[in-house]
Amino acid sequence: MAIDDRNEVARHIVAMRPAASSLQAGRRGFLAGGLAGAAAGALLHPKLALAKGGENLPPNVPEWTKTLGSGVTEKQYGSPSAFEKHVVRRNVEWLTATEQSSINFTPLPDLDGIITPSGVCFERHHAGVPEIDPAQHRLVVHGMVDRPLIFTMDDLVRFPSVSRILFLECPANGGMEWKGAQMDGCQFTHGMVHCCEWTGVKLSTLLQEAGVKAEAKWLLAEGADGAAMTRSIPLQKALDDCIVCYSQNGERIRPEQGYPVRLMVPGWEGNVNVKWLRRLKLGDRPWQHREETSKYTDLMPDGKARQFTFVMEANSVITAPCPEKPLKFGKGFYEIRGLAWSGRGRIKRVDVSMDGGNNWHVAQLQEPVLSKALARFRLPWTWDGAPTLLQSRAIDESGYVQPTIEQLRKARGVNSIYHKNAVQTWRINANGTVNNVQIL
Amino acid sequence: MSRSSDRLKRLAARSAVALACLVGLPLADGMAQSTPPKPAATSVHDGVGRPATPAEIKGWDIDVRGDDGLGLPPGKGTAKQGEEIYLAQCASCHGEFGEGNGRWPELMGGKGSLTSDDPRKTVGSYWPYAPTLFDYIRRAMPFTAPQSLSDDEVYAVTAFILNLNDLWPMDAELDAAKLRSIKLPNRDGFIGEDPRPDTPVGSEPCMRNCRASPPKVTSDLAQRLGVTPDRKPKD
Repeated sequence: MAIDDRNEVARHIVAMRPAASSLQAGRRGFLAGGLAGAAAGALLHPKLALAKGGENLPPNVPEWTKTLGSGVTEKQYGSPSAFEKHVVRRNVEWLTATEQSSINFTPLPDLDGIITPSGVCFERHHAGVPEIDPAQHRLVVHGMVDRPLIFTMDDLVRFPSVSRILFLECPANGGMEWKGAQMDGCQFTHGMVHCCEWTGVKLSTLLQEAGVKAEAKWLLAEGADGAAMTRSIPLQKALDDCIVCYSQNGERIRPEQGYPVRLMVPGWEGNVNVKWLRRLKLGDRPWQHREETSKYTDLMPDGKARQFTFVMEANSVITAPCPEKPLKFGKGFYEIRGLAWSGRGRIKRVDVSMDGGNNWHVAQLQEPVLSKALARFRLPWTWDGAPTLLQSRAIDESGYVQPTIEQLRKARGVNSIYHKNAVQTWRINANGTVNNVQIL
Repeated sequence: MSRSSDRLKRLAARSAVALACLVGLPLADGMAQSTPPKPAATSVHDGVGRPATPAEIKGWDIDVRGDDGLGLPPGKGTAKQGEEIYLAQCASCHGEFGEGNGRWPELMGGKGSLTSDDPRKTVGSYWPYAPTLFDYIRRAMPFTAPQSLSDDEVYAVTAFILNLNDLWPMDAELDAAKLRSIKLPNRDGFIGEDPRPDTPVGSEPCMRNCRASPPKVTSDLAQRLGVTPDRKPKD
């Protein structure tokens, strides 16, 4: 831990250098160059300041209180504090052959609340992120419809709109843990999930406009990326609650999340939420494409594979403490914090155990608890300094109880890759460090 | 503003020919002055979007259905022709014999591995439908130049990958009808109905003294494995 802290301080110093010089340059017009030294001093990490004698700590008045800060619109589009550079998406390089067909992970341990900032939402691409000019992007609706239609982005934005806060989870989330605890970090065991406010036009609105023929039962959604990625979706779901979205957290969707338009399929596996959506085709049965046969199917021990396992079942994880968030202050008070979600609706309850599942305590749920969105749970706790096996267990409004890893393995073996939503165990060691373990 | 008049304006702006047509449409204008007839294609949100033309649809309508090959285009190719394309454009990732380089997908082998500790999911061992192969190659391959192969070339490469799996002879021409007739070994290997929830549900979960015996750690290698990336930012 101490080493980590030093490294972080060192990184911040390196990171701040260009900022300090640009600050100098920016102010040269009206402030004398004599400020340069003071400005650089003001940008030192507080921990470093402490190490040098704590000149920014009370009773001293900090440097940043004694200097003029930057003006409005210095950054036309704001970004996080330079001291938050560790809050980033990370990938596991050995997992995939190339970064264009790969995945990275949301930094869950560093986030609060239920909304994931757009810039750290995990990414999954099959052929990289296309750079799409919205003026030249079109969405075509055709197949078993009365009126094949083509929409511009202006058209899509003109339709009646809806907004909804939704989680989106890759079905491979946790997939590296079927055979045993492998990834020693919450970001990597659970970070293939994010939760944002999405705005767009209901898919049912577009389908009504095109007039779905009676024999249509399925819909093919296709992306405009280099994989022209396709998935078949049952018409019933398409008409129920799917949204053709152009905005994420109040602004136009980020390129890596599907700019300029993507499909949101609430509560269903991430892959069907097709990004860079260019085509919707109605048909009478699924297309049996690559991503719904050779991929995103769940291999069972008998060699048969489950197909079209769309719903993301209830899942939860404690984001503090966790391997990235050790109990660094020794014994004493900590708030246990975590996230729970279910593709079947609202989270009804989250239980937390500090003894490997022998006794459970009902956690507090932060309002609002929304259907098919992340829910934040909390539980105040005083750690006595003893090794602890910490777990959380989500229960959703359908009555579904998040299973243990043993229950999942009993039902599906260890080769199904997808849909691993088992109760996570963090082992807290006597020195406060935390590891990913599995227990029986 | 009716959809048809919007369209006419767009057409008019586009070319003088269209303008001439507009001039020749007094009858239509006259009709519009009475009750504007709703076109057969009833629009709920008037003026939003327009009919997609057959030409527009044709350019993008590339899907081929896996189970019956619906949408397969005319064309043909042999595995021998496909081998040449494959070696030039595919083998660097998938290997000369479809064995897969590094973590790039392998395309052959794996028969009988699906119930083992190390299942290998290839065209020959796992894929249920042959036309899916044509669909995927045409839409997404080669990885760095998707949708660059002609339909004949896609048939040829499809034939070669089937040949790597002993499912198609080297010199025979593969076309739509023949591709439809190929039955892949794992055709019946899929369960289309989702049987979940498949873990205990419905009863109120235990809250006190739930364990029969103290918890036993069965897997604690995560820290020592050293495969977890560090927390250093990229820049």
